[in-house]
Amino acid sequence: MKLTLRIWRQRGPEQPGAMTTYEVDGISEDMSFLEMLDTLNERLILEGDEPVAFDHDCREGICGACGMVINGQAHGPERTTTCQLHMRHFADGDTIDIEPWRAAAFPVVKDLVVDRSAFDRIIGSGGYITAPTGSAPEAHATPVPKPVADTAFEHAECIGCGACVAACPNGSAMLFTSAKVVHLGSMPQGGPERESRVLGMVSTMDAEGFGGCTNTGECAVACPKGIPLQSIATMNREFLRAARKAPR
Amino acid sequence: MALATRAARRPSTLATLWGSTVGKKTVMAVTGVIMLLFLVVHMLGNLKIFFGAGDFNAYAAWLRTIGEPVLHSSWYLWIQRTVLVAAVVLHAVAAYQLSRRDLAARPVGYAHKRQRASYATRTMRWGGIILALFIVWHILDLTTLTVNPRGEAGHPYQNVVADFHTWYADVIYVVAMLALGLHIRHGFWSAAQTLGANNRRRDRPLKWTANGLALVLTAGFIAVPVSVMTGVVS
Repeated sequence: MKLTLRIWRQRGPEQPGAMTTYEVDGISEDMSFLEMLDTLNERLILEGDEPVAFDHDCREGICGACGMVINGQAHGPERTTTCQLHMRHFADGDTIDIEPWRAAAFPVVKDLVVDRSAFDRIIGSGGYITAPTGSAPEAHATPVPKPVADTAFEHAECIGCGACVAACPNGSAMLFTSAKVVHLGSMPQGGPERESRVLGMVSTMDAEGFGGCTNTGECAVACPKGIPLQSIATMNREFLRAARKAPR
Repeated sequence: MALATRAARRPSTLATLWGSTVGKKTVMAVTGVIMLLFLVVHMLGNLKIFFGAGDFNAYAAWLRTIGEPVLHSSWYLWIQRTVLVAAVVLHAVAAYQLSRRDLAARPVGYAHKRQRASYATRTMRWGGIILALFIVWHILDLTTLTVNPRGEAGHPYQNVVADFHTWYADVIYVVAMLALGLHIRHGFWSAAQTLGANNRRRDRPLKWTANGLALVLTAGFIAVPVSVMTGVVS
């Protein structure tokens, strides 16, 4: 396959950036999208150019490190992570636009790499349970009904890749935040911090400069892990409950 | 190290709500539902025009007697107007503040443009501005009668008929009602989502209710100018 790539190149956080055109040849349709970029980078290095910077780690769709907006879609045309997107979903001769996640809360570090530590700060303000560490507790001490465990697990699947923010017209982190609120909120272990968790996480989310939710539903379409849009409604309900009931 | 026995005091419920995006959306949802309930009653009242001038004018006169003898004449109407103005103002202020945040959250846009979300969802902001301007026009036209071509107080039927004989009143009204339909189509379901009333089971019924409400309200309101234009009501 022969492709034309238009890639966002930016040398550093404060530097100006621009879409730069590259031609790549000899791409196999069995390559992943990242392998295709590796091919381009090998050539750029041999030619003495700066390779395209992009985040990646596990390359098996479970870490959430990789992420780029491909032809205007977060993670590209398939509902998966960029590392699991294969070149067979493109045609020979295609022009592909590759851009970083765009959000005020995710500043560009270099090329396609953005700083997602705003997500860490949201998690840090309530996305955990407070429990004494040490030996693992006896597994049967806290029974969890199967449907509750399923709901919790469905939301625990969030890998924090940030595709929801990239896809949202408002750069909102509501789907990400709701995934953690629903995950921990549905478990008995999450009960004691139910109110402080949602109040703290929403407050940090707003303070980080993410936009608000206008219920466009773009986030849930882009999510590689299928976090449902209704989770946002659950978080809203939890927030309104906590605003009334949290102890003062 | 001794730990404080009491954590810092949390702000009040109202401050928590108005200070967060989720809370501001809640204000928009609640005020939106208030306006929607009013519109359903308003639309049903409008349809009385098909029973003739007597019925319509008597209904309009009756509106001023609601709550009597506890309330003085027209007091109920003024209470309702106050609530509605408060709802419109809160809805608009929250929308303005949230929109500014939303636009600031993506300072650099994507080079590869793609159509995002449905038409109704994308037109919420402009649709809202159209509706706000229409409310001003509508009050000047049929409440204060300032711009009404007939403008005779106490004769709403005759005023409505005279009004919809002008092309501009028809155009303004129909455009505003189409904007209203689109606004409700996304707004009703969105309010349910914001208030936390939505879940996987209710999602489709809520969307159908939103579509139904949008369709019925738009058709019900547009029926009046269309009937005047076609001579069904004269």
